[in-house]
Amino acid sequence: MKITFKLYATLTDLLPSGASANAVDIDIPDDTTLNQLIDQYKVPRELAHLVLLNGVFICTEDRDQSGALKPGDVLAIWPPVAGG
Amino acid sequence: MAWTQKVLRVNLTEGTCTEEPLNMQWANDYLGQRGLASKYLIEEIDPTVDALSPDNKLIMATGPLTGTSASTGGRYSVICKSPLTNAIACSNSGGFIGAEMKMAGWDMVIFEGKAATPVYLHIVDGDAHLHPADDLWGKSVWEADKELHAKHQDPQMRIACIGRSAEEGCLYAAVVNDLHRAAGRSGVGTVMASKNLKAVCVRGTLGVGNIADPAKFAETVKAGKKVLADNAVTGQGLPTYGTQVLMNVINEVGALPTRNMSETRFEGAADVSGEKMHEPRKSDGKPNLTTNGACFSCTIACGRISTIDRTHFSVKDKPEYWINSGGLEYEAAWALGPDTGIDDIDALTYANFLCNEDGMDPISFGSTLAAAMELYKIGAINDSHTGGVKLEFGSAEALCWAAEVTAKGEGFGRDLGLGSKRLCEKYGHPDLAMVVKGQEFPAYDPRGIQGMGLAYATSNRGACHLRGYTVASEILGIPEKTDPLESAGKPALVKAFQDATAAVDSAGLCVFTTFAWTMDDIAPQVDAACNGDWSTERMMEVGERIWNMERDFNMRAGLVGADDTLPKRLLTEGANVGPAEGRVSELDTMLPEYYQLRGWAPDGTITAETKERFGISA
Repeated sequence: MKITFKLYATLTDLLPSGASANAVDIDIPDDTTLNQLIDQYKVPRELAHLVLLNGVFICTEDRDQSGALKPGDVLAIWPPVAGG
Repeated sequence: MAWTQKVLRVNLTEGTCTEEPLNMQWANDYLGQRGLASKYLIEEIDPTVDALSPDNKLIMATGPLTGTSASTGGRYSVICKSPLTNAIACSNSGGFIGAEMKMAGWDMVIFEGKAATPVYLHIVDGDAHLHPADDLWGKSVWEADKELHAKHQDPQMRIACIGRSAEEGCLYAAVVNDLHRAAGRSGVGTVMASKNLKAVCVRGTLGVGNIADPAKFAETVKAGKKVLADNAVTGQGLPTYGTQVLMNVINEVGALPTRNMSETRFEGAADVSGEKMHEPRKSDGKPNLTTNGACFSCTIACGRISTIDRTHFSVKDKPEYWINSGGLEYEAAWALGPDTGIDDIDALTYANFLCNEDGMDPISFGSTLAAAMELYKIGAINDSHTGGVKLEFGSAEALCWAAEVTAKGEGFGRDLGLGSKRLCEKYGHPDLAMVVKGQEFPAYDPRGIQGMGLAYATSNRGACHLRGYTVASEILGIPEKTDPLESAGKPALVKAFQDATAAVDSAGLCVFTTFAWTMDDIAPQVDAACNGDWSTERMMEVGERIWNMERDFNMRAGLVGADDTLPKRLLTEGANVGPAEGRVSELDTMLPEYYQLRGWAPDGTITAETKERFGISA
């Protein structure tokens, strides 16, 4: 299935070629977990701080669940960031 | 003991500068800066006073850690009654002038009355004098700063100054210091202009040597700096991307207010984001961001120094703007960009430069322009009002024009200078003003971040993110993650953030330290610097006392519990997209519990018991 994968801030450089505006469309097996994607793109797990699936935060404990991803989903990841 | 124990009182009507001792009983109860200066203001003015009359006072105040080696210990605040909200105004700034004021030997400067003609104050350590400023009136902050430095031949002199927007009555004018740092919110610059006070110039050579326990202070400061350096946010994220890193985050969670808060995601967010500021542009291969910058004694260095593309329409014929200057911070970028539907980062940077150059709060300016654009969209404002300018959402040309005319108070710029509330009332659609207590919102939609709705509604200075930044918890997971769509538990969270922030704002420190520090990191530094036992518990008690004192001033100024509300749009129109789609702010659910936690009556008034607990006169 196809999803949109996004990496931001200091993780930007880990995006594969073809990415634009911090996003890339990827094709993945249906049972892929979030942590498998995080590892595949060499995102250090301790830096996968803000993990948003369609804008909703996924906590560390829930990132190994298969079936969490659906076709057309948007997965966006940030290291620890803040502002204001 | 960290305080210099000296107050400079400047009577502008009489033209006098007088030294007086700091009220140390009040310092023990309110610490410094925000809390202590607010106490002075509240004791000295009638809360019902016209904010732009000579009877209002304006105080520039430092905290006990201002000017010390504590990380971020360079803050100062400007306190007065606000002409924008008619509530208390307390606007905080970094840069260097706060530390300079402290090193000149002053905890605070109180301005009272009104000068007959324009003046500026010049302080060199213990000497303070008023000088004519007729030749500076009508000039921008940047022009006045240059002329004052040339006149006094002192490159190390620090200057806080108002621009033309303040002189022309813009109700959200700022006091700009060090060219591009600002006490930005609530119209403190407008009050300064009403007193015919153009600038404050300070040179301090005395240092801050009166630390209660120097060895312990050095030890606690060192430990605090290590915490900041080791933290991913304050050690890496903020220096690299600044606050602008939030643009894509808040857009992703569907809480980025767009086009006058009528939508909650902006399709052009990536083009005006912190990541975008790092991208080389086509014309010269350089990115918008030149470097980061730090305020006095800060080891975070989140500040942005930027350039505008010289080929951009806004500056191609204006080489005076081909400079490195204060770049986009998140709140400003949001107001100038997503809220107006504009995705042109050079136009945003230009408008931001103008806000610094002529002292306008970019949040209120951008939000007011967004309201004007919606009024234009529905036909309430038309070309006859704007002189033919198409005030359409998404128009970078309209943004640049609006910034220019508002900065100088020209034509329709005078209407924009009224702020959203008065503008929307003037053109017959008060519901389109996205304000609380008359002050414009910052960059977080309370339909998608429920705690922020309560924080906005109850903020003592009107809509503001810096009075209780629950975004830290609800979105960023600091200190722990809470669900942004859930209103349960948020009253306690909002109260805790509000009280802690009031204490930090009174210490002389930057609130950004709290992305890494807890009060357990801050209290030992205050305790080592100041006489007395400054524990975490005492700091939180001081914060709560300050919050109640500010609230009491507002109530006596005429505000009521019913003012703790949000615009109708946010209470009745659901978010259009994202996780919060269809949701509105659940303020009505949160507010009663919040009042209860505060020890206030169901109508929002402070109970006699709570007043007694915090020493507030009945």
